[in-house]
Amino acid sequence: MSQPEKTYSISVENLTKKFDDFVAVDKITFNVQKGEIFGFLGANGAGKTTAMRMLIGVLEPTSGKGQVAGYDIFKNSRKLKKHIGYMSQKFSLYDDLTAKENMRFFGGIYGLTNKEISSRTKELLTHFGMEHIEKERVSSLPLGWKQKLAFCTALMHKPDVVFLDEPTSGVDPSIRRQFWEMIYETAEGGVTVLVTTHNMDEAEYCHRISMMVAGKMITVDTPQNLKDKYKLETMGEVFLHLARGYEKEHAITAS
Amino acid sequence: MTPISAENIVMNYGKVKALDAVSLKVEKGELFGLIGPDGAGKTSLIKILGTLLLANSGTAEIEGMDVVKQYQNIRRQIGYMPGKFSLYQDLTVEENLNFYASIFGTTLEENYDLIKDIYKQIEPFKKRRAGKLSGGMKQKLALSCALIHKPKVLFLDEPTRGVDPVSRQDLWDMLQSLKKDNITILVSTAYMEEALLCDRISLMDHGKILATNSPDGLIANFDKPLYAIRSGNSFNIIKKLKAYKHANSVYPFGDWVHYTDKRDTIDPLEIKTYLENNDTPNVEIKQIKASVEDCYMSLTSKNQNYEPA
Repeated sequence: MSQPEKTYSISVENLTKKFDDFVAVDKITFNVQKGEIFGFLGANGAGKTTAMRMLIGVLEPTSGKGQVAGYDIFKNSRKLKKHIGYMSQKFSLYDDLTAKENMRFFGGIYGLTNKEISSRTKELLTHFGMEHIEKERVSSLPLGWKQKLAFCTALMHKPDVVFLDEPTSGVDPSIRRQFWEMIYETAEGGVTVLVTTHNMDEAEYCHRISMMVAGKMITVDTPQNLKDKYKLETMGEVFLHLARGYEKEHAITAS
Repeated sequence: MTPISAENIVMNYGKVKALDAVSLKVEKGELFGLIGPDGAGKTSLIKILGTLLLANSGTAEIEGMDVVKQYQNIRRQIGYMPGKFSLYQDLTVEENLNFYASIFGTTLEENYDLIKDIYKQIEPFKKRRAGKLSGGMKQKLALSCALIHKPKVLFLDEPTRGVDPVSRQDLWDMLQSLKKDNITILVSTAYMEEALLCDRISLMDHGKILATNSPDGLIANFDKPLYAIRSGNSFNIIKKLKAYKHANSVYPFGDWVHYTDKRDTIDPLEIKTYLENNDTPNVEIKQIKASVEDCYMSLTSKNQNYEPA
């Protein structure tokens, strides 16, 4: 089968997921360009994680269309997984292995050769100024450094798209900024980044953001356009305005 | 009587110093914040004060009672909301409340006034099982349960962790509203901007308290002129400023970059010129007041680079 055309890194049309009667994700449509940092915002329970699980090929959508890194999320979810990186909300490294051993492990999972693993590990750790932790056991690292390392392991196999699920929650403020500089650099290298966060300061760092409320994607735009549109100063205010406004308009009671 | 006081609390987990001689005093009716990232020691301190964990050394009193010797009396007078949702998922909203009320020998009706502002928001769902509630509603239930026995002191461990901005604001509104009942509240958070919603705060890092002050007092102590700079592409401006020979600190804040200089006095025009000579057009620069996050990063700047032990 020929590989589909790669216009966008992520392209989704009317993507829907139902669990019995409950519509967790309701006809969302959006495109993300190569090298873009795309913020995936929304209230708790709005459907972000469900949407992300469909995009990384671990949850079958109910209906709609979707392509990630050029692969159809319905038909090619296996192949798709080789071309994406994923950093889960829950810390996902092995505590008893060293930083380097973790990278070796994840490189192995993605089928890299020993030679590739060595050179890629060195390349990433050097590039992000982390060589000095290579022999450290993960359990001894502060959370922020663990997250930086987890990001490196998600990049081992040179994915086209990386998905980051609340990567900086609870992380020290300066390390959090170092983490975002890693994201910027990675995106400048042509990797597409989709990131969820509840930190509205970080929403401002994204090229574009989407906002989900009750399973629907109610807006996709640049942070600046959104602030201009609603005449608000910060993304935090925009978030409150959109989430509260939508809830009122559609009379959503917390459920 | 001081509602919360701690002196030289030390807590070690093996080689890790979770709390390194921490002292703290919280006054009656204060909304007091412990601010710091994961691993700062917030949870350990709250557990020690809440009589759930024994410190290696140091002393602490709640309402004048010793946390070790008088823990049973203390427990009747404090409310505690742990970081993880810990109510019974298989009981309904109402059953959970009645359960906690009965443990403390009281009833929902008896203390209804105290919790009504919070409880009435979830009352329409009182027959629903706790496990089926949304995140925001679970929190309202957990807070109601922590308040059901009319505690004098309330401990909340990272109630806004992983919570979206709307529910976060709801929670802070609820805490503010409890102040009228003169409840002393100790709350922890990793969100620096939430410090502004507290009367006083302690900034914590690696088991130490770096500063204790009112948010305004803390900000007034920020000792360097602080500038906000932007020019469209943030990553570019961060790189350029970091390469500037006089740069002391460069931190992105939303679409601005906060900058301090190594020199005591500077001309902002000079920075603007430097940037514009280095492919960074349309520079805006203004002097600003520090935020709590600026203060925190300034106090912890030496710890930014992890040094293996």
